[in-house]
Amino acid sequence: MTKKIDISWLRESATFTKPVIREIQRAANEGIYDIRGAGAKRSIPTFDDLLFLGASMSRYPLEGYRETCETEVTLGTRFAKKPITISTPITIAGMSFGALSAPAKEALGRGASEVGTSTTTGDGGMTPEERGHSSKLVYQYLPSRYGMNPDDLRKADAIEVVVGQGAKPGGGGMLLGQKISDRVAEMRNLPKGIDQRSACRHPDWTGPDDLEIKVQELREITDWQIPIYIKVGATRTFFDVQLAVKAGADVVVVDGMQGGTAATQDVFIEHVGIPTLPATRMAVDALKDMDMHRKVQLIVSGGIRTGADVAKALAMGADAVSIGTAALIAMGDNADEYEEEYNALGTSAGYYDDWQNGQDPTGISTQSEELAKRLDSSLAGRRVANYLRCLTLETQTLARAAGKSNVRNLEPEDLVALTVEASAMARIPLAGTDWIPGQGGRY
Amino acid sequence: MEFDLQDAGVRELNQALHADTAANAQFSVLHPGGKHNVATGAIHESTVDIQGHVGYYCAGMNQNATINVQGNAGPGLAENMMSGRVEVQGNASQYCGATAHGGLLIVHGDAAARCGISMKGVDIVIGGSIGHMSAFMAQSGRLVICGDAGDSLGDSIYEAQIFLRGSAASLGTDCVEKEMTEQHQKELAALLQQAGLDYDAASFRRYGSARQLYNFNIDNVSAY
Ligand SMILES: Cc1cc2nc3c(=O)[nH]c(=O)nc-3n(C[C@H](O)[C@H](O)[C@H](O)COP(=O)(O)O)c2cc1C
Repeated sequence: MTKKIDISWLRESATFTKPVIREIQRAANEGIYDIRGAGAKRSIPTFDDLLFLGASMSRYPLEGYRETCETEVTLGTRFAKKPITISTPITIAGMSFGALSAPAKEALGRGASEVGTSTTTGDGGMTPEERGHSSKLVYQYLPSRYGMNPDDLRKADAIEVVVGQGAKPGGGGMLLGQKISDRVAEMRNLPKGIDQRSACRHPDWTGPDDLEIKVQELREITDWQIPIYIKVGATRTFFDVQLAVKAGADVVVVDGMQGGTAATQDVFIEHVGIPTLPATRMAVDALKDMDMHRKVQLIVSGGIRTGADVAKALAMGADAVSIGTAALIAMGDNADEYEEEYNALGTSAGYYDDWQNGQDPTGISTQSEELAKRLDSSLAGRRVANYLRCLTLETQTLARAAGKSNVRNLEPEDLVALTVEASAMARIPLAGTDWIPGQGGRY
Repeated sequence: MEFDLQDAGVRELNQALHADTAANAQFSVLHPGGKHNVATGAIHESTVDIQGHVGYYCAGMNQNATINVQGNAGPGLAENMMSGRVEVQGNASQYCGATAHGGLLIVHGDAAARCGISMKGVDIVIGGSIGHMSAFMAQSGRLVICGDAGDSLGDSIYEAQIFLRGSAASLGTDCVEKEMTEQHQKELAALLQQAGLDYDAASFRRYGSARQLYNFNIDNVSAY
């Protein structure tokens, strides 16, 4: 008979933790690095490390449900003839058709449109379902240029030139062969069933001077009508934002390291880029330094989950935020009802991140028609709308408590930091002090 | 319609090309002076004659129009072209025909590095030679080179076909010489004729993908 072991007596190594041991074993078995979806799982400083100072003796709050607290934002006021006005400062981030199923893309469009905000295409081009169900659609212009064509460019409400993503700044992408259906293959001009690599650099420009001409080209083609965003993964954010402004962006999108992805090497997700918190500070500083804050709008993304995250990003100076992972969860990703199927895939509800492999039981990150059928796009769209409304209400609640009649009036002065790290990164004083570590330094 | 870019802006020219009145119209562009984005985003079946040199992204995303450049072209000539015909009498700089989906692009002189990068269905005919990394990740369409090619021709190529009359300094990863059948010769001869070039199709060799890198395999890791 085997002796029963009480594992509480055993000492786990802090260096070789169980997940580390598992990964070494997996690598040795499979001979390939781990590719997965979602964002960084490590613990990093986030907006959770900031707190709001509510109104008190010297500030008075606004009455909830009675006194208005505006949430509308206009994006693209610098050069575009038709800027985009959204009724809540929360947009849906670019996620590709290919990574996501057609019903998932449609649901995101439905949800965003229901609350009056925008959604975004992704690598792989624009689908008619998505265009049809999105009242405001941002069209991504990516290095792969899969599905890129001037007709869709002209149908878009804005263009987002993707230089990088927070999950993988400096990295390209790979849609594995098993996710390539006939439709995805056709949209991308490639045979079915082969891995589709997305380049890490644009094929026809290098550097910010070229990008300036590229932005002009896109404006010429669209007759200067629609806004042009430039999206960067958070790294050298101060300089990147300034160069994006110089290149002629109407809107800069900064995506922090914890931002989600559909398929990236785990080593890349966990070890490249900086968190959304310091990136937000650097981006706002960069705009202020050029006297362009609020003239070029700033959207931040990466790990936005709650109205508190939204309100803190706005208080630090962002004009809007963007969500990816949270919108997938709102649609039903990682739902308990699929626990058995998650178990069969070797995982569990709450941990599923294999968005790259096409076997998603919820029908969200798959191209299998069978699985995709499970997602009711109108119900999922409704869930996205519900979630967006909750985030908006939470944001308003915090703004009213700080006495603000417009969520964008939130300011750094409304915030304090809980940890020394967050204080240093966000340049917000540590709670109970007027101290910011390293104040006065430059990046 | 005549546009002298010494007086008028590129904006006026492009706006006119996008208007419905551009259908079947003839445009003459004088003194382009190396300006960028000349005749980008044309939609209609117009004819555009550009008398001089152009900068970046001339004829970018062209649809239907026939565009002639009586000079040299800067980087990104006819990038993402969808259809129509773009012809350059002189040389073209980097990434000409990048990601283009359709139509015919002809450069009578030489083209620099990354010609036809990521091409997605276009036909490109180069009268002279081309630089390194040309047809990198080329997905579909045909690239014809009447002169020589630089290093790493067709690196990571997918289903595009390359026809080369001279020699390549080196072939890129997963690019190999393929059999030139009679059918290929016939198709190439037709393309050369369309481009107004008088070479014997039999003097070309054909290159394409060995298809070894189509699905990730750790045993090929040194090739990545
Ligand atoms: C499934 C999925 C697919 C994505 N596809 C793209 C894409 O095609 N292009 C892009 O720029 N970003 C892509 N992203 C990143 C998002 O646009 C966004 O930056 C990120 O999701 C924000 O972080 P969050 O997931 O924590 O909200 C993708 C993210 C996910 C989760």
